[in-house]
Amino acid sequence: MTGNQIIFYLLALLTLGSAVLAVSTRHIFRAAVFLLFALMGMAGLFFWMNYAFIAAVQIVVYVGGITVLIIFSIFLTQETGEKLPQQLWSRRFIAALASFCALAFTLTQIFQHTFNASKQTAIEVSVQQIGLQMLGTNQYGYALPFELISILLLAAMIGCIVIAIRLKPTS
Amino acid sequence: MTLEPGLYHLLTISTGLFFIGVYGFLTRKNLVTMLMSIELILNSVNLNFIAFNKYLWPHRLDGVFFTLFVIAIAAAEAAVAISIVINIYRNNRSINVEQTEEMKY
Repeated sequence: MTGNQIIFYLLALLTLGSAVLAVSTRHIFRAAVFLLFALMGMAGLFFWMNYAFIAAVQIVVYVGGITVLIIFSIFLTQETGEKLPQQLWSRRFIAALASFCALAFTLTQIFQHTFNASKQTAIEVSVQQIGLQMLGTNQYGYALPFELISILLLAAMIGCIVIAIRLKPTS
Repeated sequence: MTLEPGLYHLLTISTGLFFIGVYGFLTRKNLVTMLMSIELILNSVNLNFIAFNKYLWPHRLDGVFFTLFVIAIAAAEAAVAISIVINIYRNNRSINVEQTEEMKY
C-alpha cells in the first residue's frame, strides 16, 4: 500500500467511525465531539482530493461554526452530565435494519452503474478560478445564485433573531 | 473494487455516512442530536458533489459551487434550527420531540 492509500483509508475510517459513534453514544456532549471529528475527517478527504478551498470552508463553517453552535445549544438546553434515555431495542433494531437495507440497495445500484468520465483535460482548482467564476456574469458564472445565497443568509439571520428574541412582557 | 481509492470508494463512504445520518435521525429523540444527524446527511452530499467533480467532470467547477452553496444553506439551517430549539426549550423546558406536541392535532 502506498502512502496515498493509507491516508485515504485512515481518513475514511476516522469519518465513518466518528459518525457511527456520534449517532450511537448516549452522552450528548460526546456526540457533539464525535460529530466534530467526523467533519474533520471529511475536511481531510477534501484535502486528499486536492480541493483545498472546500476543505478550508468545511473547517471554517462546519467545525468552527456549526459544531460550536451545537455545543452552545447543548449547554443552554441540557444537563450535560446526564445520559440520554435509552431507546427501545425494537426501535433501534428497525431503524438499523431500514438504514442497512437502503444502504445495501444504494450500493448495489452504484456498483452496477458505470460512470462516464469526461475526456477533457482537468483544470486546476485554484481560489482564483473559483472566485472568478463565482462572481462572473457570463455563461458559466454563478453571480445570481451567489446573491440569492446572501439574501437567504440575511433572511436566516433576521429570522433567528426574531425567533429567539424574548420580549419583555408589557404591563 | 480495487485497493486504489477512486470514485467508487468515495461514493461508498458518502453513502455510508448518509445512512448513518438516517439511522441517527430515526433513533434519536432529542432535537439537538437530530440536528447533528442532518448535518451528517448534508455533509455526505457534499462529498458526493466533490467526488463527481473530481473524477467525472474535472474540466469544470460546478461541483465546487454546489458544495459551497450546500455549506451556506446548511449553516443557515443550523442557525434557524438552533434558535427554534432554544425557543422550544424556553416554552416547555424540554427538547424531546415526544414532549413538543402542542401543534399535533
